[in-house]
Amino acid sequence: MAPVVPSSQPWVEKYRPKQVKDVAHQDEVVRVLTNTLETTNCPHMLFYGPPGTGKTTTALAIAHELFGPELYKSRVLELNASDDRGINVVRTKIKDFAAVAVGSGGRQGGHPCPPYKIIILDEADSMTEDAQNALRRTMETYSKVTRFFFICNYISRIIEPLASRCAKFRFKPLSEDVMSSRIVHICREEGLNLDSEAFSTLSSISQGDLRRAITYLQGAARLFGSSISAKDLISVSGVIPQDAVQALLASCRSGDFELANKEVSNVISEGYPVSQMLSQFCQLFEVIVEANDISDEQKARICKRLAEADKCLVDGADEYLQLMDVASNTMRALCNMPMEFSYE
Amino acid sequence: MLWVDKYRPKSLDKMLVHEEVAKNLKKLVTEQDCPHLLFYGPSGSGKKTLIMAVLRQMFGAGAEKVKLENKTWKINAGSRTIDLELTMLSSTHHVELNPSDAGFQDRYIVQEIIKEMAKNRPIDTKGKKGYKVLVLNEVDKLSREAQHSLRRTMEKYSASCRLILCCNSSSKVTEAVRSRCLNVRINAPKEDEIISVLEFIGKKEGLQLPPGFAARIAAQSNRSLRRAILSFETCRVQQYPFTNNQVILPMDWEQYISEIASDIMQEQSPKRLFLVRGKLYELLINCIPPVIILKRLLSELLKKLDAELKHEVCHWAAYYEHRMRLGQKAIFHIEAFVAKFMSIYKAFLIATFG
Ligand SMILES: Nc1ncnc2c1ncn2[C@@H]1O[C@H](COP(=O)(O)OP(=O)(O)OP(=O)(O)O)[C@@H](O)[C@H]1O
Ligand SMILES: Nc1ncnc2c1ncn2[C@@H]1O[C@H](COP(=O)(O)OP(=O)(O)OP(=O)(O)O)[C@@H](O)[C@H]1O
Ligand SMILES: [Mg+2]
Ligand SMILES: [Mg+2]
Repeated sequence: MAPVVPSSQPWVEKYRPKQVKDVAHQDEVVRVLTNTLETTNCPHMLFYGPPGTGKTTTALAIAHELFGPELYKSRVLELNASDDRGINVVRTKIKDFAAVAVGSGGRQGGHPCPPYKIIILDEADSMTEDAQNALRRTMETYSKVTRFFFICNYISRIIEPLASRCAKFRFKPLSEDVMSSRIVHICREEGLNLDSEAFSTLSSISQGDLRRAITYLQGAARLFGSSISAKDLISVSGVIPQDAVQALLASCRSGDFELANKEVSNVISEGYPVSQMLSQFCQLFEVIVEANDISDEQKARICKRLAEADKCLVDGADEYLQLMDVASNTMRALCNMPMEFSYE
Repeated sequence: MLWVDKYRPKSLDKMLVHEEVAKNLKKLVTEQDCPHLLFYGPSGSGKKTLIMAVLRQMFGAGAEKVKLENKTWKINAGSRTIDLELTMLSSTHHVELNPSDAGFQDRYIVQEIIKEMAKNRPIDTKGKKGYKVLVLNEVDKLSREAQHSLRRTMEKYSASCRLILCCNSSSKVTEAVRSRCLNVRINAPKEDEIISVLEFIGKKEGLQLPPGFAARIAAQSNRSLRRAILSFETCRVQQYPFTNNQVILPMDWEQYISEIASDIMQEQSPKRLFLVRGKLYELLINCIPPVIILKRLLSELLKKLDAELKHEVCHWAAYYEHRMRLGQKAIFHIEAFVAKFMSIYKAFLIATFG
């Protein structure tokens, strides 16, 4: 890779912690790895958890700290789903990489430089089961001279025999406090001004994903200047304005099919992502349901259809049709129309 | 040149709609550290226009000197080599393509190009951008694997390569990819905005518009600016000077579907179903996307129904469209919807009129 020009890096890269101790909120793994830096003992590792919580960051940081810039290239192999050309390629790459012997180790230029190599397999959950199985052998063959770091979002997609060979660490979504303090740091560096409402909005819309928070922040800063309000952040985040969600609900309450149809068409024309609409619709619904007179059964029916539609969208179903079905179903529940179809 | 191309604004300062977004984008790209961008919004709303203007803002007129080429890649996939061919549009500063055209091998394309770009990284001389831009169209059609493989690549090569992704529905782009981009929503222009674009074009072409004429076109456009401009030009070809009662014809396939809807309402029988199947085939052969056919058919049928039945029919349309996604032969599922409709409607008629 060509040398990095820092100024042209997006902020998420610019503010990626370079040292393990700077990784926020993941105390357990930081403790273990800090220990590794002293003793150079390191098990195979499996990092899992939602996006933007520091998994890749942590793996890269420990590798850099262990080996320093000079040895990094010869000691660390980073593979990800993008490099994965089927298991054969992965195996060949790993073999070639692991086959070159390492010296007996010993500190160099302030880095511990332990006598093993590190192989980072990012996005391991997108590897097929076959590929993972084949990897078991490889892992065993080279276990003396290599340490594996598996990184994934869903641990359930990693086969048990692989997972059981690793020390597992769950990366938690970042708490609001931790998120805020990273953001304060970036704001200081970039000379940005956020009021307290903007802060809490940013934390809540990014839902524990620091990468998202930083991307929104940069977007808002570039688009709206250095004083950023909650509104600016919402507009770059893809969150749907509350009145649009309310308008949809109101049309369902009206009992008028054509009105709901118009509202749904409008949602599509405005380009609001329907999956997002479904989750905000559901949230809004929870709020009003408490204060209202809707029976548990009605509630259950509405939510059931919401969940089904969400699943259909994941399968690639059409957004208009799914949202229309949800709206029609909600309308029937709220207006006490018969839920069963009469002419089926 | 068609009016849709002739009157496509070239620079961010010249937009007739989405001026606010354009102004913001201009600020965004004048900085060196612009993040990856994801444009999403309905068809014909102006995404492509903005993306082209953004490229021009980044690189100047050089971004417009594009060449179209059919490129082949030899990809070493372990035991075998895969040959892939794809059409791409490129300038010295950017490459644009539809990776989903490569079908299930789309991810190889994406990886290969991004790596190539990273290797041939432009020198960061004064005033030039130190990166190239890769424009990926229809990312919502990209396979899950390809989207996965974008994740780390987007981070790893972000110094040398910026991505501009474009799609209709951002629900179909994985969370992981979305969270790596600045999301830019491009809504369909409102009717009055469409009217003003039409009036602008009318003026440039030196045409006399009767009052309310542009409004009628806009009202039929379903908020698609492209659609509105196209039918404006069609009207011009059909008859000029325009008259107040000149009909603005729907597209011929739309008329055809409206006929199908009438067929279905008139008679519900296996014989009729057979007839309808023939007509549906006709539409599919003419490359009208199945989901468009189904949605249009639904909308035509809804116009003719009692409120009571609408819910039911709407539900089955959603149901069969979903099945269609999972299945392979679209015609089966559209036909199943028609059959379902016929049986519901017949039951309704019997219950109501005996
Ligand atoms: N715990 C953390 N401490 C400090 N910064 C963080 C942390 N988590 C995420 N970040 C910030 O978010 C960016 C993305 O984090 P990272 O690449 O480590 O996420 P990830 O967990 O690997 O996500 P994914 O599952 O999507 O790959 C980093 O560049 C960094 O700026
Ligand atoms: N900002 C604008 N000002 C004036 N005219 C515009 C503007 N944006 C788009 N148009 C007109 O609308 C037409 C369609 O826009 P465009 O091709 O950008 O749509 P799109 O969003 O890319 O659609 P699709 O998703 O179907 O590809 C253009 O050919 C142009 O004539
Ligand atoms: Mg990662
Ligand atoms: Mg386009």
